Amino acid sequence: MIPLAHYLILGAIMFCLSVIGIFLNRKNVVILLMSIELLLLAININFLAFSHYLQDTAGQVFVFFILTVAAAESAIGLAILIVLFRNRHTINVEDLDTLKG
Amino acid sequence: MSFTQLAFYFFAAVMIFAATMVITIRNPVKAALFLVLTFVSGACVWMTLEAEFLAIVLVLVYVGAVMVLFLFVVMMLDINLSRLREGFGEYLPIGGLVAVLMVLEMAIVLSADSFDQQNMPRPEPEAEGYSNTKELGRLLYTFYVYPFEIAALILLVAIIAAIALTLRKRPETKYQNPAKQVAVQREDRVRLVKMAAERRKDDRS
Repeated sequence: MIPLAHYLILGAIMFCLSVIGIFLNRKNVVILLMSIELLLLAININFLAFSHYLQDTAGQVFVFFILTVAAAESAIGLAILIVLFRNRHTINVEDLDTLKG
Repeated sequence: MSFTQLAFYFFAAVMIFAATMVITIRNPVKAALFLVLTFVSGACVWMTLEAEFLAIVLVLVYVGAVMVLFLFVVMMLDINLSRLREGFGEYLPIGGLVAVLMVLEMAIVLSADSFDQQNMPRPEPEAEGYSNTKELGRLLYTFYVYPFEIAALILLVAIIAAIALTLRKRPETKYQNPAKQVAVQREDRVRLVKMAAERRKDDRS
């Protein structure tokens, strides 16, 4: 049988991969958004693993809400990205410094 | 090794591979496709945790909607890739160090006795006729009905925000005004002119 620790370690590896993704692709907003999605997926694995091993469905309800918020976040994020590209013709994070004094 | 174990380790390996490709691959379209692979393997891993409803929701909502949105946006934007890749490996050493340290620390903590087979045994599979969807629905519509409605509200806010952000009036585009078209009178379009009859110049008759 699969021990709980293996699910948690899978979640930890996924979380760290998305953290390193944010480090590596810090100029490309699209990949940054994708890394955030991966981050939320890693968290959801932990929630579901504990939900299963503790026999408590509340964990699944929480994953449901995280999925909702993540979908809303990515929709708004992509909308902002489109407006950004329309106005500045770039999605490079380094070019987005108009608020700098 | 049981089938569940085999499935879990296989899908976990595919998931980690696909996530690595997402963060390292050059082309954002390919990154989005690898993200799809990650989510599908994630759904399979969730299936081994007997969270069937959420696994299907992950495939439907994420692979079916959010990732298509990502692909649309990535293909719509004309991105200069070489500029975005400048200094790609610059933070790799420090980022890799942080990530490896985090994984090691988490692995040390999680390998403790509290999470092993004896202290946290895997529960027996649910009996035949048990419905994960029914159970989740029962919880959502009773104990969590207010959070559920707030989630619906968040989605509404997301819809309005996305539309309001991307909506724009373009003065140079041509469009029809139906009210004007309907209200037009005969006098606005037809003009009767009185004139004498004329003969065409190349008329042979």
